Amino acid sequence: MNSFRGFVVKEFKQIFRDKRTLMVLFGMPIIMLMLFGFAIRNEITNVKIGILDLSKDQATRTLIQKIDASSSFQIEAYIDHYGEIEGLFKQGEVKEIMVFEAGFEEKLMRQNSADIQLITDATDPNLANMVQAYTTNIVRTYEREVNRGKPALKIGIQPAVKMMYNPELKSVNLFVPGLIAVILMLVSALMTSLSITREKEMGNLEILLISPLKPYHIIIGKVLPYLVLSIGNVITIVLLAKFIFHVPFEGSRLLFFMESILYILTALALGVFISSVTNNQQTALMVALAGLLLPTVLLSGFIFPVASMPVPLQIFSNIIPAKWFLVIVRGIMLKGSGISLVWKETLVLVGMTLLLITLSLKKFKVRLQ
Amino acid sequence: MRTIGFLLRKEFLQVFRNRAMLPILIVMPVVQLLILSFAASYELKEVNFTLLDRDQSTVSRQLIAKFQSSGYFNVLEETFDQAEALESLNAGRVNMIMEIPYGFEKQLKTGHIAPMQLIIDAVDGSSAGLIQSYSTSILNDFNSEQLVKLQLSQAPTTHAGIKHINLIPQNWYNPDLNYITFMVPGILVVLVSMIGLFLSGMNIVREQEMGTIEQLNVTPIRKYQFMIGKLLPFWIIGMADLLIGLALARYGFHIPFLGSLFTILVIASIFLVVIQSMGLLISTLTQTQQQAMFVAWFFMVIFILMGGLFTPIESMPSWAQNLVYANPVAYFIKIMRMVLLKGAGWKEIASMVSMLTAMGSLLLLISINRYKKTTV
Repeated sequence: MNSFRGFVVKEFKQIFRDKRTLMVLFGMPIIMLMLFGFAIRNEITNVKIGILDLSKDQATRTLIQKIDASSSFQIEAYIDHYGEIEGLFKQGEVKEIMVFEAGFEEKLMRQNSADIQLITDATDPNLANMVQAYTTNIVRTYEREVNRGKPALKIGIQPAVKMMYNPELKSVNLFVPGLIAVILMLVSALMTSLSITREKEMGNLEILLISPLKPYHIIIGKVLPYLVLSIGNVITIVLLAKFIFHVPFEGSRLLFFMESILYILTALALGVFISSVTNNQQTALMVALAGLLLPTVLLSGFIFPVASMPVPLQIFSNIIPAKWFLVIVRGIMLKGSGISLVWKETLVLVGMTLLLITLSLKKFKVRLQ
Repeated sequence: MRTIGFLLRKEFLQVFRNRAMLPILIVMPVVQLLILSFAASYELKEVNFTLLDRDQSTVSRQLIAKFQSSGYFNVLEETFDQAEALESLNAGRVNMIMEIPYGFEKQLKTGHIAPMQLIIDAVDGSSAGLIQSYSTSILNDFNSEQLVKLQLSQAPTTHAGIKHINLIPQNWYNPDLNYITFMVPGILVVLVSMIGLFLSGMNIVREQEMGTIEQLNVTPIRKYQFMIGKLLPFWIIGMADLLIGLALARYGFHIPFLGSLFTILVIASIFLVVIQSMGLLISTLTQTQQQAMFVAWFFMVIFILMGGLFTPIESMPSWAQNLVYANPVAYFIKIMRMVLLKGAGWKEIASMVSMLTAMGSLLLLISINRYKKTTV
């Protein structure tokens, strides 16, 4: 037990002596949260659009002015015929062309109906949809102004939509849990796998293995400092989320910390597993980084909803720990879920951790060659 | 020249002597491209909801049938107790509650506004947005059907003089709004950049950590030879990955190749120099592989999340949109999409290519300068 304590102290000293890594470890999550928290939004700003006004009358001028005044759009070009559209889209800046038909105002006044074509560059389908929705909104507002005082079409179903748990659909609220999941996964898995393979590469592992320390002592000693660091990270992120972004925290903080520790353990176990199957830092790193970054971001439901994926991928996404953690964290932070609602996800994480630990203990050889 | 040749041989031997490296460098990107391209989609799949139909009328039943037949919505349970419905929502069994109040049909038939409520679980915000927009469009359709019926039964003069602007949407280049065509080029760029950045970022610092840099320093190798020897192997690996990925995009995903492949390859070769010089710079600034990789990872995450890959650049505030000018990954993603999907040529992408070239030369110069043949 004494030798074990000595080993743990050595590990802590080794890590805390390296001031640069520490700065990086604590600074980066903060910078990332600030950057993404402010930068990633659901609404659109300054989308560049083009205008093809075949009518050039009072009505189209007013409408164009309204579009230009909106902070969502910026009119980049006025063109005179259809042939120019292709060229504009190819340059890549302009995302939508509004085409007002000839005699727009006259038709609107005499026949009560006029056409606007909304041609979008749909290479980005999501953006094309958003741009159309925003334009439609402005046109409809204008339409209501034109119709003011007339008997409006008072008919139809008007749904009142209520967004439960996240009423404003604020992206920060969605981003924070995702960011916690990504940062913890990478910090824990990457750092442990590198630190163990480093010992292998430098030949220090031999020395450790002939010491009276048991293999699991070595692993625990290696993992412990990163557990402490990761918990530090969780606390910083949660404090920032609360005081800078005012992300709601509905559920129990204790439960949240327990779940975070569980998830960190899963990530650490994954790191240990990676290091037990690889021999040098380069391989460990390529697996931990190149292999984990995109799947953690894409398959966890962080950005794209898991429910939107094809069924085989939905099944596949179950092996991504971040997916389960994300359900838990979103539940606790936004819904105020208690353990009774997240016990299934918790059990999955426990299972994964145990499996990874067992596998790596089996793989961890006392002899290196 | 001969010196560089020897250095190249050394680097290649070093990379591929490690048996695990070849599959990691070739198979892993391919598998990720194949799998992840399908993950990025905002398509709505079947949404289960709880129904609170207090009206129990013909119209309310028609409306529900319309939701059901859309293929996107499914009534999982029906109840008259709101608390019970909320509990289902809370437990995550359903994603939406639809409440139709008493007197719904009467309001509608007499030409009034008929209120109803949709309560959507917004814990997963992007899903919630989708559910909202799909249900709104179903309701709009339903409204216009009802309107036609009502107008037929009423005197035609009632609504005379109402102006209406028809909006006719047209989606160019991707009329089916297919997400895969959009994602594949972007994901490919990210995979290639990751491999380039991580491999080169680790490289010099690794020699330092192992102490082998001393041996290189005492040889008569020139600085530039050393740097070329470090850049070229990973450049070749990166290009190979890109070619495999492009072949997969063309023949596996049937991505249209409207522009010229040659253009893509020329730009890719510039882009890889940018990324790798950046890696080398990180490598000269750090002391251990662990540090180097953490810095590289940090930049990579920022490049990816702010590069317009998943969320459009236009959805960021203007200050953040300006940051994109310093993001090489964003340039290459944009160029790839423009050339492949829209058939853009040199004229359209010239300014971005010159930015990439400028970045590349600057980073390369700095990293060559940073590398000293003396150890401190």
